Amino acid sequence: MSTQYETAISSTAEREAVIRDHGGAPEEDWVIVTRGIQRDYDMGGEVVHALRGVDLAVRRNEYVAIMGPSGSGKSTLMNIIGCLDTPTAGEYWLNGQLVSDMSDDELARVRNREIGFVFQTFNLLPRATALHNVELPLVYAGIPSQERKRRAHEALERVQLSDRASHRPNELSGGQRQRVAIARALVNRPAILLADEPTGNLDSGTSAEIMKVFETLATEGQTVIMVTHEADIAANARRIVVLRDGRISSDERRESFAARVALAQAAH
Amino acid sequence: MPFIEAIRLALSQIRAQKLKSFFTLLGVTIGVMFLIAVVAVINGMGRYMEEEFAGKLMGVNTFTLRHRPYFEMNTTDEEWRSYARRQRIMLHDVDPVVAALPPDVMWAVESRDNIPVSTKDMRPRDVDAFAVDGQFFEIRSLDVASGRLIAPHEFANGAKVVVIGQDVKKRFFPTTDALGRELRIGGVPYRIIGVMEEQGSVFGLSVDKFVVGPMKSPLARLLNRRPGIIDGIILKSSSMQGMREGMERVRQVMRGRHHLRPAQPDDFSIETTESALTFWAKIENVLVMAGVVLPAIGLLVGAIVIMNIMLVAVAQRTREIGIRKSLGARRRDILSQFLVEAATLSTIGAIFGILLGVGIAALVEKASPMPASVAPWSVVTAVILGAGVGIVSGMYPAARAARLDPIVALRQE
Repeated sequence: MSTQYETAISSTAEREAVIRDHGGAPEEDWVIVTRGIQRDYDMGGEVVHALRGVDLAVRRNEYVAIMGPSGSGKSTLMNIIGCLDTPTAGEYWLNGQLVSDMSDDELARVRNREIGFVFQTFNLLPRATALHNVELPLVYAGIPSQERKRRAHEALERVQLSDRASHRPNELSGGQRQRVAIARALVNRPAILLADEPTGNLDSGTSAEIMKVFETLATEGQTVIMVTHEADIAANARRIVVLRDGRISSDERRESFAARVALAQAAH
Repeated sequence: MPFIEAIRLALSQIRAQKLKSFFTLLGVTIGVMFLIAVVAVINGMGRYMEEEFAGKLMGVNTFTLRHRPYFEMNTTDEEWRSYARRQRIMLHDVDPVVAALPPDVMWAVESRDNIPVSTKDMRPRDVDAFAVDGQFFEIRSLDVASGRLIAPHEFANGAKVVVIGQDVKKRFFPTTDALGRELRIGGVPYRIIGVMEEQGSVFGLSVDKFVVGPMKSPLARLLNRRPGIIDGIILKSSSMQGMREGMERVRQVMRGRHHLRPAQPDDFSIETTESALTFWAKIENVLVMAGVVLPAIGLLVGAIVIMNIMLVAVAQRTREIGIRKSLGARRRDILSQFLVEAATLSTIGAIFGILLGVGIAALVEKASPMPASVAPWSVVTAVILGAGVGIVSGMYPAARAARLDPIVALRQE
């Protein structure tokens, strides 16, 4: 099964083709297509160009890491992909919907249905149990209580935390907390799992454990986008996009990325 | 987010911070408590005025002719002086007044003062002494518990007989039978021929401390300095309509007797139970004002506290708001979450206030002579006010929470 998805990585030519078609809705298997995304910030009269035209296409079932040094615009890109922010210019298609000019409420709905967030700091509600935390997206989706509980239990099972359902975050280890967050991200069956430095607050052992969960999800067909600045974490993804100064500087399979990194290290 | 969910969330939030919640709802609780209790006392007194006081002291369809109003508040010095200059009502006014009225109208003449009475072996004591004529007992619905009422021939002769109230009986003849015994009023002995039924009390003051004798007896001279003067004429019609017509006829007769020109105002006053109730209504207005102002202050303080607490809550829970937004909460979900929380908080405060207010009303009823009855409308008002205060004071904090940018909110430590 895993090999089937291994080969599912989109080719550069395919991506260029889908990006070139400005204004047109991409075909169904393209989960993310951005065309010329720009994002300017007004910092007290001075305009900062955080993104200067990002063209990114991600096909369903891809496992992509977005890398870049701080200030490269990767956080901004993640916010836009996560529908927490909208671009100043350019178009963003998420799962067949043109997100770039949606209203606040529509964005909230898209965040609820299409995106599952996993944050560096877990962002669980401290007073709520693991189960209740996982239920939250379903509350905003308007799912009745019983169905919510059933699906939340199911999601916790997927991350092997069924036995911790009634624990509060402070009764869980860092790795367990992140798995609760992953369960929460998956519970509404989103189009993409969007992880922002998911291992940033974890030791290397626990990081490996979380990466194994991501790996499993990816092989099961979940589209995963992971933002990180650590090359060895990024290397878990099938495809690695590197941002520099608000533009994509490279977008390649992990094999060629690893080779390039190794070469750069050797040169030092 | 469904409403039930929002309330459940609000309750868990309130439960999580019990002490803070308690202080938050204190203002609303106190405001509502005052509202319920004050309104209950006013309401009880009002009902009492209508049912007991007016009936007991005045009687239904009854009006009184006096030289100055009996139930009046805020009389100015000038008015008071003009009352003092007025002609008094005289005994010889009675016949023309009664003659002007239909035969079914009952009439009585009354003079009254607080004077000392005594017996041979008891020290004098002040009582309410009445010198009366006509159908005084019928109009006042007074009857004897033992003995008999004053007979027509005793009225006609000015016989030295009295009937006494229960308090007078208990005071002077605690163990013995009062009938046939002697009561001294102004040095003159009167024979007790009847003891009246117990009347109870008005505002905790006994109305059983009285003696009644015939107008023509020497008693009248103790109550009014010059002979022939009386305090007033009491008239009772069989209907409201009859009373209104009777009042107008009495007015015309008295104006004629006092030779008033058409432009001159009346120099006497005709009062009904309505006058008593109007008098009460004026007092009630003042009390209601106090009853509104006190709770209003409490609620205002409550609203300010809630707004502050909610602003603090929004600041403290910025991160939570960010998380909720990232998971798909819309502005209105966040808005309603905080609004419901504020409204729930203050409604709980109002419920505590209602319980305390009802408790205070019950305590007043039990421990003091003042009656109190909780007005249903005040309970409804309290709940609405409670929720309203929460919603109004939660509005601004909730709007601030809803407007938060999720990216900024998530970054908050």
